[in-house]
Parts: sequence; structure tokens; C-alpha cells
Amino acid sequence: MTRYESLEASLGHTPLIGLPKLSPKTQPGKPLVRLWAKLEDRNPTGSIKDRTAIAMIDDAEKTGKLKPGATILEPTSGNTGISLAMVAKVRGYKLICVMPENTSIERTQILEMWGAKIIYSPSAGGSNEAVRVAKELAAQNPDWVFLYQYGNPANTLAHYTTTGPEIFEDLPTITHFVAGLGTTGTLMGAGKYLREKNPDILIIAAEPRYGEVVYGLRNLDAGFVPELYDESVITRRFSVGAKDSVRRVKQLLEVEGIFAGISTGAILHAALGLAKESVDAGIGADIALIVCDAGWKYLSTGIYGKDGDSEVLDGQLWA
Amino acid sequence: MSAPIIEVRIPTILRPYTNSEKVVSAEATNLAELISALDRKFTGLGERLLENGELRRFINIYINDEDVRFMGSLAATLKAGDSVTILPAVAGGC
Repeated sequence: MTRYESLEASLGHTPLIGLPKLSPKTQPGKPLVRLWAKLEDRNPTGSIKDRTAIAMIDDAEKTGKLKPGATILEPTSGNTGISLAMVAKVRGYKLICVMPENTSIERTQILEMWGAKIIYSPSAGGSNEAVRVAKELAAQNPDWVFLYQYGNPANTLAHYTTTGPEIFEDLPTITHFVAGLGTTGTLMGAGKYLREKNPDILIIAAEPRYGEVVYGLRNLDAGFVPELYDESVITRRFSVGAKDSVRRVKQLLEVEGIFAGISTGAILHAALGLAKESVDAGIGADIALIVCDAGWKYLSTGIYGKDGDSEVLDGQLWA
Repeated sequence: MSAPIIEVRIPTILRPYTNSEKVVSAEATNLAELISALDRKFTGLGERLLENGELRRFINIYINDEDVRFMGSLAATLKAGDSVTILPAVAGGC
């Protein structure tokens, strides 16, 4: 059934696409090692964050936190803000996003298109600063509704009840689940669900490694670990730099025809490393990875062009 | 046989301890030894990385891009050619 009552109702049930050319070749007689990409850009506003945003707003409405005409406040590096902006527009809320100033121009344009107001936080410190500024604003404006994706259990629950089950239904033979680590909601929710179904599934985090500016905290106490994060859900965690992420996102485009956002490059890089480990060990693997969004809102960085270089991302929050 | 020499990348926030050096090195066969060796060279650095004998909450350390917390933490082994990166914990997007 592909008919829906509204745009929001079309959330989720995104396709899981095989990557036959990127999957490594195995020796004759050895089990297959296959990569599968879950295309989360096929959500209402084009990213996995639609799951988080709709779940958080539904929950806040149900618990009476969110009343008609209310103002929502959220720290975001882009996608969650974009998802919230669409839902807020349709359901009649106002939205204020706190976003680091070193993000691509498209994110500002899309947020403003759906009527969100943006307060910029300083580049140095990246999303840590956006979180800090948003928490201050929330304390100063108690009438605003602070959904707070980094600590809102509805974020994790959205992935536990949708992303995880969708993957397991499409790929019951899954051996590895690889996703990005930001709010940690995807890995915590889908990871926990998959583990419950089969404790042998490896839950792998791919974390973007930014340029030095983003790590330019005032002091170590300004570090940040999302409240949702539970280390015990994860098996291994990789840090992937801009160079490898850009190389992989271009490879995904060239080899499989999939046009993805930059954070997907980091996830694919980790997934290909795991695929190689499986081939070397002679073990079969079905590796599911998340394509968080498409590349449209990163075109202005120039990285997709023939001469596009990852160095342009040095001071930017690219994932 | 002597321990391998390990290259360590230092984040901006900790460079006041390393005479502003971005990359330093020390001999070690595991992470605990590495941190001790670094602390002997750069006084005070160890205390910025550890608290009550554990990695500080807002410090992440990677061996060849993999988080040491999932490799045995301070017991994570090091071999010749390994590269270690220290970073403060920051929030991300997706």
C-alpha cells in the first residue's frame, strides 16, 4: 500500500537496497559478504530525523507538554530542525532552532522555507555550543517547549519501534548494523531492538571526525555525551575523518548510483572495513548501513564535483 | 624486546601540556603504559586524560580510528605502526 492520508503518514518503511558492486568479492565456496543500504532520504523531509521529530512532537502532544500555537526550541545541526520545521508548519507550532554557524547554506534556506527562526551558535565547539545555547534559552523561556533530541527518550523509541523492526523484517539474516553516532538515537533504539532479536548482531557506530575548529572547546568540561547514550548497546565505535567520508560518498555515487549526504560516507567507510574483516575471516555477513540523507543540502560545499576536495569541510560541521 | 614507539595526536585543548606540539610519541605496549609514558614527558597530561584510574567521560581515545572503550580501554594493546588520536567528546548530527 503506497497511499497515505498525509505527508507525515508516509514516514518510514524506507527501502533497503543491495550494494552488489560495493560488496566485496568472496572466494568460490566461501559464504557471501553483502552490504545493504537503508535509504532514509525517502522520508517526508528527506532524512532519518523525520522519525525522531515526529515521535518527539507526538509524545509532547500526548503528554500535554505541547499546546496549540506553542513555540518549540531545538538545538540541531540541520536535519532534525528541518523535520521539526515541516511538522511545526503543518500542525501550527512555531519553531526556533539553535544551529552552529558553520553548517552548509542549504540548511538555513530549507529551515527558513518552512518558517523556522534560526539562532546561530559559535563554530568553535560545534554542536556542543548549540546544545549549551539552547539549554540556556530553555531555562530563560520556560513557556517554550524544549524537545531536546539528545536526551528525549522518544527519539530512541522511534528507532526501537520503526527503524529496527523494518531492518529485521527486510533482512532477518543481518549480522552487522552500522549507523552514525550523533544524538545516538538511531544506534540506541534500532541497536537495542536488533540485539533483542538476535544477540549476535554487531552494533557498530561510525562517528564523524571533524576539523580542529569543532573540537575547539573552552575547556574539557565543555565536552558532551548525549544523555541517551548507553555504551553497552554498541559493539565497536569508529571515528571517520572528512577525507575518507568524502571518498566513500563519491564511491557510492559512482559505483552504485546512490547520491548520499556526507555523514553516509563515514558510515559506509566503517561498513566496508567490517566487510573486509568478514572476507578475511571467511565468514558470511549481511551488513545493513544507514543512508541518513541525500546529498542535495551539501552541494554548496563543492565536494561532489570532479575536483571536490574534503579540505573545504575543515571548519564545517559536515555531519 | 623494547616497546614500540607510538605516535599520538593531541587536540588543541591539551596542547598547553605538550609545548603546543600536535603530534607526540612514546613507547608503550598498551594504552595504560602509553598514558604513563606521556605523563612522564608532559607533566599533568595524564591527569587530564584519567580520573580515578579510568578514562575521563569527555575524553575519547582512538587506536587507528577505533574507540579504545570497545577494545579493552586502558588494557587495549598497541603494536608498531599504530596511531593514537585523543579527542574531546563533541555532539554530532545524524
